[in-house]
Amino acid sequence: MKLTQISIFLENRKGRLYDVCSLLGKHKINIRALTVAESEQFGILRIVVDKPEETAALLKKNGFVASLTEIVAVEVADKPGGLAEILKVFSQSNINVEYMYGFVEKRSDKAMLVFRFDEPDKAIVLLKKKKIKVIGRKEMGDL
Amino acid sequence: MEVNFWDKEIETIDKSSLKALQLKRLKETVGYALKTPFYKSRLKKAGINSGDDIKHWEDYKKIPFTTKDDLRECYPVGLLAVDMQEVVRLHTSSGTTGTPTVIYHTKNDINHWAELVARSIVATGATNKDVFQNMMSYGMFTGGLGLHYGAEKVGLTVIPMGGGNTKRQIQLMKDFGSTVLHITPSYILHIHSKLEESGVDLKDLRLRKAYLGAEPYSENTRKKAEHLFEIDVYNSYGLSEMNGPGVAFECVHKCGMHVWEDTYLLEVIDPKTGESLGEDKEGEIVLTNLNRRATPLLRYRTRDIALIHKGPCSCKRTHRRISRITGRTDDMLIVNGVNVYPSQIEEVIMRIPEVGTNYQIYLEKEGALDKLIVKVEIYSKMFRGDLSEIDALKSRIIEELRASIVIHPAVELHEPGSLPIFEGKAKRVVDNRIKL
Repeated sequence: MKLTQISIFLENRKGRLYDVCSLLGKHKINIRALTVAESEQFGILRIVVDKPEETAALLKKNGFVASLTEIVAVEVADKPGGLAEILKVFSQSNINVEYMYGFVEKRSDKAMLVFRFDEPDKAIVLLKKKKIKVIGRKEMGDL
Repeated sequence: MEVNFWDKEIETIDKSSLKALQLKRLKETVGYALKTPFYKSRLKKAGINSGDDIKHWEDYKKIPFTTKDDLRECYPVGLLAVDMQEVVRLHTSSGTTGTPTVIYHTKNDINHWAELVARSIVATGATNKDVFQNMMSYGMFTGGLGLHYGAEKVGLTVIPMGGGNTKRQIQLMKDFGSTVLHITPSYILHIHSKLEESGVDLKDLRLRKAYLGAEPYSENTRKKAEHLFEIDVYNSYGLSEMNGPGVAFECVHKCGMHVWEDTYLLEVIDPKTGESLGEDKEGEIVLTNLNRRATPLLRYRTRDIALIHKGPCSCKRTHRRISRITGRTDDMLIVNGVNVYPSQIEEVIMRIPEVGTNYQIYLEKEGALDKLIVKVEIYSKMFRGDLSEIDALKSRIIEELRASIVIHPAVELHEPGSLPIFEGKAKRVVDNRIKL
């Protein structure tokens, strides 16, 4: 149930984010989720796409520094307190969230959260036990 | 203008007596040089087997040049001409490409050096009434100790503060009424910018003079420092191979630096052909130290570019003057008074596996200080997607560079392929500081 995220090293240069996005657009790759972690001179763009391996290869071929990371995507109700409910589960079980980001699904009342855990497998077991919906690769493509 | 002398007889020696003295000392120095393994074989090849083989000035040109590389090859004892027991001090260079250089001094050598510095200090009009704050680093760097010994000889009150710690420098300047500073050009401007922060006004200080050296600077920088502090700034020249400071110094007239020619045989050559250029023509300065027993150096190529001024100085000193140093024949960078070679930087960053193949060195002015920026491309295969990892890499590069070159650089990480690529000779260094 783990998903693969692509991290792309981007230096703070004009048009660099556009370069990535236009490359993906040209190859009809849909970005499902995205976040940017930034420092003074550079940033790391993190994206979830439906064909991560192929996309990473395409990026590398075009001169980008990209790497793959395992993440867990979770579906929650898009309402106040939705995120807190999930985080409570992890905090009670001592599972560390290294970082996370979220976005709202189109035409539904659900939100998707992307988590990077130190122990992803343990997190998935826990999520299932708590009957929280973990998004798989197939559903990812259907979003 | 009042002109003072430390050793009037030698400072105003007539030209022919000076020539005779130089020749006598050159013979002695060649004799000492022949005691070193290096010169023994080098001079023999040139047909010089004893000091007496230098009979007149024409013979001088038979002596081959000595270079920095020769010094490196001789490290540590290849140029030692006396018993180690006679050596009272040594100074080594930082070791630019891995091999440092060393200069040894006997008790007499140190004394001669201090004499030259004493002459220099008195030539600027300083006396034993002055309070001298030495802001040049002490230790292996010759700037600190070099001026220190001469200043004590003249009887100035020496504050041996060394470099850095601006707040404390300003406090000391105020508390002890320092009248003379020995300092790098970039640092004196920096100190001015910190005066207000320290709550110190110019009228709280009693500054009169500053000796600026250790890095090349322009006439405009001198004027700026003079204007900002309302002082006289004197240009100072020296290099560790020739002891350190005290090779050449400006007198009260501030029109070029008198080279103490009884001790330093001065030549300016075309760096490409090695041909002597005479006066008024810019070229590489070549010096022979005539008063150092422990490490004799003959016709040493300093790689410093300057010219010899024509004509006498109104101070009546007969020792000729050189212009300020306008450049170097090699690629050495001087960053806030510290020497750095691009090869040193390359050496450090290239041993870090997360660093890619391309890098560039930028030099900028940040206020009055020099800023060294090292731009490196990251190695794509080492990227694992973590921001903290990248930040740690950056800190590591800074730390390793700092440990190696003693300068705290700024480091920029770039994507592979983003820095300019060069075919043939790479332009690694971009110096955006104001050109001299």
